[in-house]
Amino acid sequence: MTGTGVGARRRVRVKPARVALYAFIALTALLWLVPIAGAIFASFRPFADTVRDGFFSRPRSFTLDNYANAWDQGDILHKYWNTALVLVPALVLTLFFSSMVAFVASRYSWKFNILLLSVFTAGNLLPQQIIIQPLFQFYNRVEMPSFLSNSGKLNGSTWGLVLIHVAFQSGFCTFVLSNYMKLLPKSLNEAARIDGAGVWNQYRQIIMPLTLPAVAALATLEFTWIYNDFFWAVVLEQQGADRPITSSLANLGGEFFTDDNLIAAASMYVALPTLIVYFALQRYFIAGLTIGAEKG
Amino acid sequence: MAGIPTILHVGLVWIPTIASILLSFSNWKGIRFSDITWVGITNYQQIFTVFEKNFFQALINNSVLLVFLFVGPTTLGIILAYLLDKDIHGTRFFQSIFFTPVVLSLAVVGFMWQSVIYSTENGLATQLFGGGKPIDWLGNQSFLVPFGGGYGISNNFVAILVAMAWRHSGYIMVLYLAGLKSVDNTLREAAMLDGSNEWQTFRHVVFPSLKPINVVVAVITVIEALRAFDIIYVLNTPRKTEVLSILTTNNLLGEGGGNVGRGSAYATILFVLCFGFVIWYVRNHYRNTQEGADS
Repeated sequence: MTGTGVGARRRVRVKPARVALYAFIALTALLWLVPIAGAIFASFRPFADTVRDGFFSRPRSFTLDNYANAWDQGDILHKYWNTALVLVPALVLTLFFSSMVAFVASRYSWKFNILLLSVFTAGNLLPQQIIIQPLFQFYNRVEMPSFLSNSGKLNGSTWGLVLIHVAFQSGFCTFVLSNYMKLLPKSLNEAARIDGAGVWNQYRQIIMPLTLPAVAALATLEFTWIYNDFFWAVVLEQQGADRPITSSLANLGGEFFTDDNLIAAASMYVALPTLIVYFALQRYFIAGLTIGAEKG
Repeated sequence: MAGIPTILHVGLVWIPTIASILLSFSNWKGIRFSDITWVGITNYQQIFTVFEKNFFQALINNSVLLVFLFVGPTTLGIILAYLLDKDIHGTRFFQSIFFTPVVLSLAVVGFMWQSVIYSTENGLATQLFGGGKPIDWLGNQSFLVPFGGGYGISNNFVAILVAMAWRHSGYIMVLYLAGLKSVDNTLREAAMLDGSNEWQTFRHVVFPSLKPINVVVAVITVIEALRAFDIIYVLNTPRKTEVLSILTTNNLLGEGGGNVGRGSAYATILFVLCFGFVIWYVRNHYRNTQEGADS
C-alpha cells in the first residue's frame, strides 16, 4: 500500500534499485526455505540415500514408504486424537472466558477494570517456566476420578493441560478482545439497557456478534499456539501414550523411530494441521497478531 | 461473569508465581508439605557459588540472545517489512515464506535444525563447511567468543542462535508490516518532496510515527530473549547453551529433578528480570487508554 504516486515515479527513475530489491528479498526467502525444503525432500527419500550422500544431494530414488511407516510406528492417528482432546476444549473455553472478561472490563466503568486487565496482560507476558515448579506440585496433589484421568491425578490428565492452556492463553486473548471491544460505541450498551436487555443479553446479542472478526482471528492464532505447545505437555503429561502430537514427537531421536527420513515424514504429519490453518486462514491469522499490537 | 475466568487465571498463573518466590526460600524436595524447611537465601547462595558456572553462563546466554535478537532478526524483520511494503509483486507470497517458521511445530523445527542442517555427518552445514569431514555443530562447547574465567559464547550456542533468528524475523516482519500499512502516506510524500532521502524519511517520519508498534516489537524481543526455551530444549545440546528457563526446568525434570527450592530460586531470578519490564509495558499501555477514555 505504498502511495502509488511515489511508487510509480520511483519505478521509472531508479530501476537498478528495484532489481536489487527483488534480488535481496528473493534470496532471503530462498535461504528461509532451505531447512523446510530439506525436511520435505528427506521425507521422500530412502534412509540409505541420505546417509550415503547427505541431506542435500541428487536423489537416487523417491519413496512414500517413510510416510506409511511413520504413520504406523508413530501411531499418528492416536496422537492427533490426543491433541484434539486438549485443543478443542482449551480453544473454546479460552475464547469464551476471555470474551466475558473483556466484555465486563471494556463495557462497564468499574474501579478495578484497569487492574483486572493489567493482571491478564502481565500474566500473558510471564515466562511459563516461572510457575512450573509449584504448578507441578499442585497438579500432583489434585485427585481426579479415573474416568477423567488415567493417572488419577490432575497431573498427567488431559484436563490438566486444558486448564493451564485456558488460564495462560486467556491473558493474551483478554488483552486483544478488550482492545477491540473498547472501540465499539458505548451507546450500544445504553440503547440495549433502555430496551431492558440484561448484562448477559448485551454480551450475547449485541457485543459478541460485533466482536466476531476478532474472535475468529484469535481462534486461528490460538489453534496454532495450543497445537504447538511443547512445554506444558512435556512437564504435565509425562506418559508418552497420552501426549499430544507436538510434544510426543518433538524428542524424535530414537524413541519411536530409528532413521532420520522416517522422522522427516513423521514431522510432516505434525506440521500439517497448523500449516493448513495458516495458509487457509492467513488473513485472520495476521489480523489476530496485529489487533493486539496496533493498539499497543 | 468475569469471576471464574479471573479465578482460573490468577489461581494457575499468579498464585504459582508467588508460590515460586516463597518456595525459593525453602529446601523442599516436593515430597510432603511437612518437609518444607525455610532456609533463607541458601538456594541463592548456592546458585551464586556452587552452581555459578551454569548460572552465569545462562545469564550470559540470555544477555547475548537479547542483544543478538535486536541486532539481528528484529532488525532484519523490520527491513523485510519495509521492503515488502514497497508494492512488490508477490508480497503475500514472500510474507508467507518468512512467517512459516513461526507456525511450524517444534517437532519439525527441531528435526530441521538437528538433522537437515546440523547433522554431524550429513547435514547441510557440514556438507558446505566440513570439507568432507564431520562437524559436531551442536556438541561443540568450545568458545567462539571467550570472555575469560571459563565463560563466553560457545560454538553450539551460536548454532542455536541461527535457528532462533530464522524463527524470530518473520514474527517481527508481520507485526511491522501491519504498522507500516497504517502510516499516513502524505507524510512520506511530503518528506520526500522536501528533499529527504529514503533513509531520512524512514528515520524521521516513518519510524517515529510507529511508536506503538516499536514498543510492541521491543517488548516481544525482550520477552522472547528472557523466556527462550523450546528450541534450546529440543536441540538437546550437552552444555554451554543453558538459559535461565532451562535451569529452572532441569531442577524439575533433569538429573537434579525434584529440587523445588533451587528450581524456584532460578524461576524467581527469571521473574525479577522480567517483571520490571512487564510492569513498565502494562502501565504504559493502560495509561494511554485511560487518557483516551477520559478525553
